[in-house]
Amino acid sequence: MKKEDRLEQRHPIEDLLRMDRIPHIWCPGCGIGTVVTSFAEALRKSEVDLDKIAVISGIGCTGRVAGYVKLDSIHTTHGRAVPVATGLKLANPELKVVVFSGDGDIAGIGGNHFIHAARRNMDIMIICVNNFNYAMTGGQVAATTPRDANASTAPYGNFEYPFSLPYLAEASGATYVARWTALHLRRVTKSMQEALGKRGFSFIEVITPCVTLYARRNRLGDGLNLLKYYYEKSEIQHGADTRTLDISYQGKLIVGKFVDIEKPTFLDCMNEHLGKVLGDKYQPYGVNND
Amino acid sequence: MKTDPKGVLTGSHYLDGDYALAEGALAAGCRFFAGYPITPSTETAERFSERIPSVGGVFIQMEDELASISALIGAVWGGQKVMTVTSGPGFSLMMENIGLACMLETPLVIANVQRGGPSTGLPTLTGQQDMMQVKWGSHGDYKIIAFSPDSPQECFDLTIEAFNLSETYRVPTFVMTDECVGHMHEKVVIPPAEEIELVERKWYTGPKDKYLPFKPDKDMIPFMVKIGEGYHFHITGLTHDEQGYPVINAECQDVLVRHLNDKITMNADKIIRTEEEKIDNAEVIVISYGITSRVTTKAVRKAREAGIKVGTIRLITVWPFPEKRIKELAKKVKAFVVPEINYGQMVLEVERCAAGQAPAVHVPHCGGWVHDPDDIFKAIKEAAK
Repeated sequence: MKKEDRLEQRHPIEDLLRMDRIPHIWCPGCGIGTVVTSFAEALRKSEVDLDKIAVISGIGCTGRVAGYVKLDSIHTTHGRAVPVATGLKLANPELKVVVFSGDGDIAGIGGNHFIHAARRNMDIMIICVNNFNYAMTGGQVAATTPRDANASTAPYGNFEYPFSLPYLAEASGATYVARWTALHLRRVTKSMQEALGKRGFSFIEVITPCVTLYARRNRLGDGLNLLKYYYEKSEIQHGADTRTLDISYQGKLIVGKFVDIEKPTFLDCMNEHLGKVLGDKYQPYGVNND
Repeated sequence: MKTDPKGVLTGSHYLDGDYALAEGALAAGCRFFAGYPITPSTETAERFSERIPSVGGVFIQMEDELASISALIGAVWGGQKVMTVTSGPGFSLMMENIGLACMLETPLVIANVQRGGPSTGLPTLTGQQDMMQVKWGSHGDYKIIAFSPDSPQECFDLTIEAFNLSETYRVPTFVMTDECVGHMHEKVVIPPAEEIELVERKWYTGPKDKYLPFKPDKDMIPFMVKIGEGYHFHITGLTHDEQGYPVINAECQDVLVRHLNDKITMNADKIIRTEEEKIDNAEVIVISYGITSRVTTKAVRKAREAGIKVGTIRLITVWPFPEKRIKELAKKVKAFVVPEINYGQMVLEVERCAAGQAPAVHVPHCGGWVHDPDDIFKAIKEAAK
């Protein structure tokens, strides 16, 4: 390749990536990069002010997203991305705060924060990459591992019931809930666009293959095959009852947008309630920034 | 800079220490409080939640203390001055993200109204048993600043001071009070707003693409910006370089860890505050802090009446510790006497600094109540022999 040709080769989303940190740490065949691409595409299409977007991640493979996006971003501790996002959003309500993290981070160690942020209808957006295991630490069983799947700490297969994350999100109070697989690129992008424009707690689960650990341990083939497998095993059911979305080992995956409702956010409720009770004594918070 | 008068309740009040902590925070310009109820600190959260709606700001009761401290970190990077309050068990839960706050050089204030431990211990009764935890409780090497107020008035004054030092050094700063001071009602004088001097956050003003969140300035302290202003910066709890990017090797770790520690150690003389009394010619020096320093007063009076030359040092800041001063005095005195409501914590530091030049006699109390002044008196008498 001639030097001039190389100079012309630009990564299609390089404006939104910290190119000085690429190559990333994710394995070949991992789905996280695809989800990041969808996110970048959603940001571009939504024409949001990139100065007002913050990405907060926890720990784990997906937790590394915060370090690769060229936006204000915090790589926090394990499970605490959601409360850090809560603090940030309340400190400056004009921000769109996006939590980008994995299933272990959000639903395992951070599960309590997740349900409470949803309960309060905190105006934050959560992108949860679900690869069915703790990948960064070597493929341990997770709160999302399907029953019978093998994991390094469930070497005889998992016998625990997993969480169904859309069900958990809706039951806790989320106003937007969707699930896709990483190969549903356009649909993931569209859901992210919708969530970026949404006021309220929004949750998007993206099922991705963990090729190095979950797939290898369970002999599920390479990343591309598994990506296709998840895609083919999925069935779009918009508005499906979230109680019916359990994921079984290599079974059917019901995907789609399940919840999209309007509800006052934490700050709406705070301002409305305190304004009503305290009258002129109350100093409304963050309302000029909306 | 001057404080925003909206938060300042100027006048003479009859307040308990917990309320005074909240008033101190409001007077210091704190407009964000995230907390979780825990005895004997809850009244601070209650006071803040009652006062903030008319001042303008946010109070949020989080789901636990892990979340409280996390929300503080998020709020600081969103541009707020923040505080939380807790006691032993909640303090233990906060340790994880106290480490993150140190790592991200995030200014914030945490008050610990101490109770007896370990574990659930004595929820309603006093203790001074988290004095080492505040210094060492999170994993890894870092340094913090901690105060120990001995009265509701100091709860107010030192909370403002804690905010100021926290901003000056970009470090979590602690107000280590206890159940006795927290629940003690005394006169608290809140000055007019124009008399309250605040340290402004060290804002960066250079070109947006040149901002480095962890590049030490001449005074060792890096500049800060707010999220949402177009800097597109990154910060991480991983070992990182000046740009905030993770660098996982021993060389970067060495630079970072030294910086986190040295910025406090090398400024220790500027930070440390003590109150000394009758130190010259003293045979015995009693070192105490918080509520114990008030109990000590009676014991010292009695010892002086008995003809013993006793000096006192009250630690207003407990961390960093007045190492140089203790070393210097160790050569001149027969002994140090250290009463504290624990089974031996700050006495270890006195002993370390005295380095065998003078013994450090501990007067323990395992928690639940303050010392009997006679126990301290007996220790002084013994030490003077």
